[in-house]
Amino acid sequence: MSAALVTEAELHAYVDGALPAARAAAVEGYLSGHPEDAARVSAYREQIALLHREYDAVLEDPVPARLRTLRPRRARPLLRYAAVIAWFALGLAAGWQLHGYYSDRQIESHQWARRAAIAHVVYSPEVRHPVEVGADQEAHLVRWLSKRLGTTLKVPHLGGLGYSLVGGRLLPGDRGPVAQFMYQDGKGQRLTLYVRVNPDDSRETAFRFAQERGVGVFYWLDRKLGYALSGEVEKRELLRIATGVYRQLNP
Amino acid sequence: MSDHDSPITQHIPRLRRYARALTGDRSAADDLVQDTLERALSRFHLWRQGSDLRAWLFTIMHNIFVNQARARARHQHETLDDPGADGLHARDPNWAELRDIDDALARLPGEQRAVLLLVGLEQFTYEEAARVLDIPLGTVMSRLSRGRERLRAMLDGNPRVATLKVVK
Repeated sequence: MSAALVTEAELHAYVDGALPAARAAAVEGYLSGHPEDAARVSAYREQIALLHREYDAVLEDPVPARLRTLRPRRARPLLRYAAVIAWFALGLAAGWQLHGYYSDRQIESHQWARRAAIAHVVYSPEVRHPVEVGADQEAHLVRWLSKRLGTTLKVPHLGGLGYSLVGGRLLPGDRGPVAQFMYQDGKGQRLTLYVRVNPDDSRETAFRFAQERGVGVFYWLDRKLGYALSGEVEKRELLRIATGVYRQLNP
Repeated sequence: MSDHDSPITQHIPRLRRYARALTGDRSAADDLVQDTLERALSRFHLWRQGSDLRAWLFTIMHNIFVNQARARARHQHETLDDPGADGLHARDPNWAELRDIDDALARLPGEQRAVLLLVGLEQFTYEEAARVLDIPLGTVMSRLSRGRERLRAMLDGNPRVATLKVVK
């Protein structure tokens, strides 16, 4: 290893303690024969020391009250409530009109998908409390929700599809408790999986899709449980995830 | 946000230190921290759990700082950055009147100052600094190199700053 091959970047990495030991030794060797660069290195170290001397006191400064009592800056809560109200209104109107055309069963599943979408709209933008129990307590989450729904739940892992589990919560459904699991990708895009116990546990259906105001829902019944996956993503993306969920639940 | 219910809180002192060095002004610094925290809180759901919260917060602060500096520059019809890295002596004949490192930093182009502070003061790795500033690693290295050299020229030429030299 030639001492002459020390680069400018390595000189800085040496100053910042970021070089592996072998290279650091090579730089030291180089500096012993290059006093000008040695002077630079020592000047740069001095700069760092000066910075700490000048600014480290701020760390000990009491944090002003205005920085300790902040609220998120946004108009979002109002918008969110407006969205929820719009969803309910839409649901009422749709339910009324659909009544004449569809069987009770179909209406029931439409309404159920809508409830899933509403729950998605309500909780997915939540900043502070998106879930009741976080993914760090996954075993507890699954035990708890299984107990409340009265059946064994499985929580799908969607890491392979780019989504990690945020956690879950318990919600009221038409006929009893419902579970909601929340997932999030690297960009903060959230999906929710809404799980209920079916009134009629012999039924299986194909995927059905509903979309309203940017929220897409794929929903299906799988014997004892019904699932609805909601997200503000493209239909194809949502189908990809829904298929992944289905495969995991039916290996 | 109360004192103990947000993981963001623990990063406030370091955000303040960086902002103080970046802006060179105590109250401007706390304004910048306040803007940063408000934006972070409103976007906290975008933060990926398990990733580096400190880097995320510094990224937000950097973006706000750059946008505000741009807005100021537009108002004052001034350019923000780099009034000619090689023309220091010619362009800035008063650097012999520097009072301290704070003064010297203020005379660095903002983009070099940010790199110098992230690496030297906040001890980010070069890769982390590149992500915070959203620039390639090579650009971090060249800004670091130019910034340090420029600062050295300023400090070397100034006896008053030289007296502040740290005894090692």
